[in-house]
Amino acid sequence: MKVLVPVKRVIDYNVKVRVKSDGSGVDLANVKMSMNPFDEIAVEEAIRLKEAGTAEEIVVVSIGVKQAQETLRTALAMGADRAILIVAADDVHQDIEPLAVAKLLKAVIDEEQPGLVIAGKQAIDNDMNATGQMLAALTGWSQATFANELKIEGDSATVSREVDGGLQTIKVKMPAIITADLRLNEPRYASLPNIMKAKKKPLEEKTAADYGVDVSPRLEIVKTSEPEARQAGEVVADVDTLVAKLKEKGIV
Amino acid sequence: MAVLLLAEVTDGALAMDATAKAVSAAKSLGDVTVLCAGASASEAAKEAATIEGVAKVLLAEDALYGHRLAEPTAALIVSLAGDYSHICAPATTDAKNIMPRVAALLDSMILTDVSAVVDADTFERPIYAGNAIQTVKSKDEKKVITFRTSTFDAAGTGGSASVEDAAKADDPALSEWIEDKVAESDRPELTSAGIVVSGGRGLGSEENFALIEKLADKLGAAVGASRAAVDSGYAPNDWQVGQTGKVVAPDLYIAVGISGAIQHLAGMKDSKVIVAINKDEEAPIFQVADYGLVGDLFELVPELTEKL
Repeated sequence: MKVLVPVKRVIDYNVKVRVKSDGSGVDLANVKMSMNPFDEIAVEEAIRLKEAGTAEEIVVVSIGVKQAQETLRTALAMGADRAILIVAADDVHQDIEPLAVAKLLKAVIDEEQPGLVIAGKQAIDNDMNATGQMLAALTGWSQATFANELKIEGDSATVSREVDGGLQTIKVKMPAIITADLRLNEPRYASLPNIMKAKKKPLEEKTAADYGVDVSPRLEIVKTSEPEARQAGEVVADVDTLVAKLKEKGIV
Repeated sequence: MAVLLLAEVTDGALAMDATAKAVSAAKSLGDVTVLCAGASASEAAKEAATIEGVAKVLLAEDALYGHRLAEPTAALIVSLAGDYSHICAPATTDAKNIMPRVAALLDSMILTDVSAVVDADTFERPIYAGNAIQTVKSKDEKKVITFRTSTFDAAGTGGSASVEDAAKADDPALSEWIEDKVAESDRPELTSAGIVVSGGRGLGSEENFALIEKLADKLGAAVGASRAAVDSGYAPNDWQVGQTGKVVAPDLYIAVGISGAIQHLAGMKDSKVIVAINKDEEAPIFQVADYGLVGDLFELVPELTEKL
């Protein structure tokens, strides 16, 4: 079975986010970028399926600016076999919306015919949490989002999902779209020899136009602003003072 | 303009708080029709009909909708989408699973976790774990939206909308439900509780989380946890507060042994009063806390529990 894993290049999760003073967006110029953490989990899960003999080939796809090839190299160094870069933006500040991403991924699926897609449940930049579900809709495939455990048995997958009330287990027909939650696995670090080897792995470069997909945004960004800042309060001396303060406020 | 709103129905019961908050967010967009879907949903539909601002309730009662599976529920919503200009739901995990599928089937770009309605086309939503707020204007004919419930007040009750049956849609037959593992608890639900007591990695073990639970029970509060605590196995996943867990805005939030990573702050910084208990006075949680207590939580929490 071939597994397709979409990966996104996003601001590193340790970087302090700054809103540009003109309100046009978040400043991404000269900022450290990394693979979206949920996508790392998705790549790891695909590698584990390959190690277990369930998957034969792992194809990673990234859609965005040309620099996303660094993200693809990271995935190749972790253990993916092959990469496809779809250049769809020339400015790092231009985010390709999940609907357009899903349409491009659908076109890749039509060509590659994978038996499974594992995606991150959400990107930590736009926090949309939508691409996997949208891709499932466009392909007409089953979906299992927010997965914390995945078992493939023949033509179905049993997935435990993190939901509001606790956990839900469902069985989905293959081919399926799975989206990875935090506790699906702990992604490995790429070793230096594997990083070197990854440089030689195939990376195909395409454009959105190659797939005939219009990536123009449906959502016009009117403005981006800082959230209201919260003022730090006071450090109280002891529990008695804290209880008195809370009573004064009428909360307890 | 008219709005179709998917009510949160779990095992036949209406999640009143989440649904009423979504109704209050949706009211300004047009007449609100609430859809209650489930294996048994008629009681939920009757209850939804009492929410103020609801014009009509549609009831889709069928075993197919019993476990909130995405594929049949999305197919149902699309079959009903007709003339509605807006299709929305509270941003629960069920809706986050279903609504983007609905949007793609309608060739519409979803708006998730919307925190404010500016006008019928324009919405605010948090991005980058709440470190920025984006105002976006949708060009799509049909808007598909999930509302971040913590930023809206619940609509009142006292209404008496009519309840009509909705025809079930074709079954895509792609998935089946196996089981739900839901912890039974007498505590209030995390996202609607007035007080939340949360524990972090500082607790050190699952056993020590009992300290948090005792304090919570004394206050009639819900229990939450940081991602670090959940990852370490101290607390179950459904307690997680943060960017990828639950977003809460209670009257009082007590953070115990939580350093205050951005991802955690994203889920609780709209709380009215925040109390932080941590041994590290440099912990970022103190920058958002109204009242901070620096010291050993293993001494301070039992003392607080006793004195409240």
